[in-house]
Amino acid sequence: PYYTSICTPIVDDCLNVPAVAVGNVGQLAVDLVVSTLNMSRVGYFHTDCLIPMAGNNPYASCKDDTEELHTPAEVYTAAELKLAVLQIRAPILQTRSKRFRQQLVSWIKASGFSRTVVLSSSHAYQRDDQQLQGTPLRYLITPSLLTTSADALKELSWREMERMPAFPGVKDADAEPRLCIPGGGITKGLYTDSCAEDLPLAVLLLFCSEGDNIPDAFALVNHLNDWLHLLDEPNRKWKVPSSWSLLFGSGIPPALF
Amino acid sequence: MATFFGEVLSVYSRAVEEEDEEELDDNEEDEQIRRELEEKRAVHLHWSPDVTESLRSGNKLQCSSFILAVGHNAASFLSAYVLASANWDAAGRALAWNERSRSGTGRSGEESACVFYRHKDEPSVLICNVTCHIAEDQLFEWTEKVFDCLQSRELAVTVLSDRSVADYKTPDYLCSSSAPFLRSLHSSAFADRPVCPSLEQPNIITGLPAAVLNHCQVHRIAAVVYQCYSDVAGPDSVTVESYKPVLNKLGRSIQVNSPPSTDVLRKFLRSAEIQSNLYI
Repeated sequence: PYYTSICTPIVDDCLNVPAVAVGNVGQLAVDLVVSTLNMSRVGYFHTDCLIPMAGNNPYASCKDDTEELHTPAEVYTAAELKLAVLQIRAPILQTRSKRFRQQLVSWIKASGFSRTVVLSSSHAYQRDDQQLQGTPLRYLITPSLLTTSADALKELSWREMERMPAFPGVKDADAEPRLCIPGGGITKGLYTDSCAEDLPLAVLLLFCSEGDNIPDAFALVNHLNDWLHLLDEPNRKWKVPSSWSLLFGSGIPPALF
Repeated sequence: MATFFGEVLSVYSRAVEEEDEEELDDNEEDEQIRRELEEKRAVHLHWSPDVTESLRSGNKLQCSSFILAVGHNAASFLSAYVLASANWDAAGRALAWNERSRSGTGRSGEESACVFYRHKDEPSVLICNVTCHIAEDQLFEWTEKVFDCLQSRELAVTVLSDRSVADYKTPDYLCSSSAPFLRSLHSSAFADRPVCPSLEQPNIITGLPAAVLNHCQVHRIAAVVYQCYSDVAGPDSVTVESYKPVLNKLGRSIQVNSPPSTDVLRKFLRSAEIQSNLYI
């Protein structure tokens, strides 16, 4: 009831979906993917769990396609790459976060995606001493996807997201280390739900802080590319969408100085 | 997070709130409180008797034009330029309780509300003035419930919406003399020409106009939002008059008055002036 298809159905594609998380890094990364690969919109995810917003085409490249209305959650595809993307542009209503996760999971199941990659982020300030060193990239993978992707992951030598002790510093043998993704929004819930539902899903996240998160978005999307090979030509660069402007406010009044 | 000086500050993210602890299971009492709160926040539509009659047994209202005003200036515009002609019947109201809605004491119920009006001679033209706050979690429900009552074939939706010019992003600094001005956004099914320029990147609309536009986009209904960016926060005659270009588009479906006298306009704008005695 919440997914409205405009045209072609999407089957067997690899789905990328961002989590609304700290720095909006996942969403910015998805913006780069859609913008660079010139993906076409194929459906709306029309749900009451997101705060409503609307705007003109954020990926407009020429005069003809500027005036095209876009909604808070839409699905794009790049058929030749067998890639589908769900872009989420608005915050999830706090009281409906669980419901949104359920809607997402049941839509993923019903659509039959070959695998799902969640792009996310987590508060950099909550890393422990170990995590402060080395790469800020982490991954998670459900058992179902691990069977097919174990080799690729080995080659990439990525670090799996560590389980954290429940009470750091307290020597309590009983407390199991558990998964903790502070600032990750629905990421952890989505991952655990997918494990329970035996969905082939992976999470790719970056430790970051709020601020100018464009470099983080580039870092995340480049890591994604190392795995999925979306941009294969050596000199091809990610294309910044036209909506990435005035991120820190309007022009400055000249009378200020 | 520790700062240079050693104080520990909470870190706020623009994207996410602090997560609820998923491990804490809601007990029954919490569940019940949550349910009661949800019921209290539900949107209720109260239609007049003849509209209720038309909606009986799952029928929908014949509607060719739905005009929605969100905000005091937009509502004052419709009240002064359209509704003042006395050709309109009150058709119903929508009630949505939230933290910012008034309980009805002090102000008359009419002022803080969502009121629907239907044209006496052309009942397929519906107007709604929204001057109360509809919370983020109520927007979708409000839209679905209202549009559920309207037949959507050949329906044209026009939304007038007030906005502060502080929300408008532009590379060239906007000097205050250019406000108020209109910008438009329309659904793909809208085939007409808007009366003002389209909303430029990276600007977006939010709130009830966005919820309505999303609904129309997904359900392929022709809809246009005219957003008026003003530098005056409250009711203001200059802002109200900036909606005038839209009249030409509405005039096809409804009889338009000759411009209202200043007395009529003043009547709608008076309420805000009295409240502020900061500068006597």
